Amino acid sequence: MTYTLWIILTGSLVGLTCGVTGSLLVLRKMSMIADAISHTVLLGIVGAFFVSQSLNGLPMLIGAGVVGILTAFFVESLHSSGVQSDAAIGVVFTSLFALGVVLISFIGDQVHLDTKHALMGEITFVPWNTLQINGVNYGPIAVWMLGIVLILNLFLIWIFYKEIKISTFDPQYAKLIGVPVVFVHYLLMTMVSLSTVASFDSVGAILVVAMLIVPGATAYLLTDRFFPLLLLSGGIGILSALIGYGFAAYWNVSVSGSMASASGVLFLFAFLFSPKHGVIVRKIKNKQYAS
Amino acid sequence: MDFNLFSSANFQWVFFGSLLLGFANGVIGSFVLLKKQSLISDAMAHAALPGVCLMFIIFEIKSIPLFLIGATITSLIATHFIQSIVKHSRIKTDAAIGIIISVFFGFGIVLLTYIQQNSSGNQAGLDSFIFGQAASLVRSDVQLITIGSLILVIVTTLFFKEFKISIFDPQFARGIGLPVSFFNGLLLALVVGAVVIGIQMVGVVLIAALLITPPLAAKYWTEKLGMMALLAGIFGAISGVSGAVLSSVINDLPTGPMIVLCASVIFFFSLLFGSKKGMAVKVVRQL
Repeated sequence: MTYTLWIILTGSLVGLTCGVTGSLLVLRKMSMIADAISHTVLLGIVGAFFVSQSLNGLPMLIGAGVVGILTAFFVESLHSSGVQSDAAIGVVFTSLFALGVVLISFIGDQVHLDTKHALMGEITFVPWNTLQINGVNYGPIAVWMLGIVLILNLFLIWIFYKEIKISTFDPQYAKLIGVPVVFVHYLLMTMVSLSTVASFDSVGAILVVAMLIVPGATAYLLTDRFFPLLLLSGGIGILSALIGYGFAAYWNVSVSGSMASASGVLFLFAFLFSPKHGVIVRKIKNKQYAS
Repeated sequence: MDFNLFSSANFQWVFFGSLLLGFANGVIGSFVLLKKQSLISDAMAHAALPGVCLMFIIFEIKSIPLFLIGATITSLIATHFIQSIVKHSRIKTDAAIGIIISVFFGFGIVLLTYIQQNSSGNQAGLDSFIFGQAASLVRSDVQLITIGSLILVIVTTLFFKEFKISIFDPQFARGIGLPVSFFNGLLLALVVGAVVIGIQMVGVVLIAALLITPPLAAKYWTEKLGMMALLAGIFGAISGVSGAVLSSVINDLPTGPMIVLCASVIFFFSLLFGSKKGMAVKVVRQL
């Protein structure tokens, strides 16, 4: 495959993985937890580096998973001790993120990991960083990581489909009929952390947040049903990646930044023109009723 | 290590600038916390980046006052967008904030890379708006921060009572003839002011922490709003100064994250040992 195709494939995989996972968070009103986790996994990655002295996939995944769950746990504990939820999220993620950024500056030039990288990613380097086993080239590592996390996430959603659906729409009822609500909560947090860390290296924190929240919110304006919402959200994620890449290639600007911007433009369209919930469509309908 | 810094005149300005900036943010943050707008202030901060970049693209000069005007405009637009998304669709506040944070910041990064591709070298320094860099501040920048923070503190102090009543009991406030929507607007202006003035030193990514963390820490020591705002101001000032000093003394440490980390340490200490709601006190009471 050519250089460009690898980048487009990586972006689309990020869009699909984050889009599907993130739509669950939007439904559960936990978007800002996603924002928090996608910042704090940086600390997990840096921590994994200090322990393992390398930037390999597995320690990074473990480190990010641990910090992601810790973030959710800290927010939850602060909240249950009486701190309002927005402030709890704010204080936890800024603290852990700041710690991550400061620790990065101690790593220095030893490895390719800096603050700019953490924010914007290096999607243009993805095709060069390939998986080599016994001298055979198996394609970019980032694509493998994203692919594995995507399959894992889809598998978990498939296995726990009912539990996730019920506990999302009616947590009280779910608790009543014995659905392990807390387990589902932390399962989702783990899925978010994994999606984040798999995407992080190639697209950076900005695009992870955008892809986790924006496609899900856009899909939520277009459909009322659970399964179509998941599909649509993934599709919108891919579409944002494609449009964003085209724009970035044409203007020669940041790929992840323009993918995030593209997702914003798609959201704006849905916000205005969604057949059911669009602002303009509703205005026209209201006028028809009035006349 | 660069110890000359302590004696330089510039350092004294950085000292007072970070002190007052931290104080102003702590005091104003107390109201933000009360209004449950902590994360909206984070969106305002992230949205400042495209404003700064747009000003540079339009006017092609590096002028801090112009940048701050641009930052103010895009921050206000972002706030307005969040409110209209929540009002006109079924998207909830948290998702709306997340959308605005990521899209505005992503767009800011697009503009930043566009500037790096297309202009002639004097854009150096725009990057420092992301994480802040005290070392790159020149005297006029720090003077702007100092004077701006002073104005914010004075305005907040002058209208302290009005803000307090219009947040706690808007009905009563209207009853006694207070223009509540005016004070809400003024408070919004103060928050945007605090964010915008701070982005050079702390950076857009983390400046909101200076509004969120010190007031939250102060809550573990007192229940009175006045006392809480004062304490939050002091915590903010300590964080500002120690972060700015540490990042100047130790090479290459980013200023914003250091300031935020200092605030986090104060928060953690308060969480454990705060005299009102600290964990230690709770444990002792249960014995």
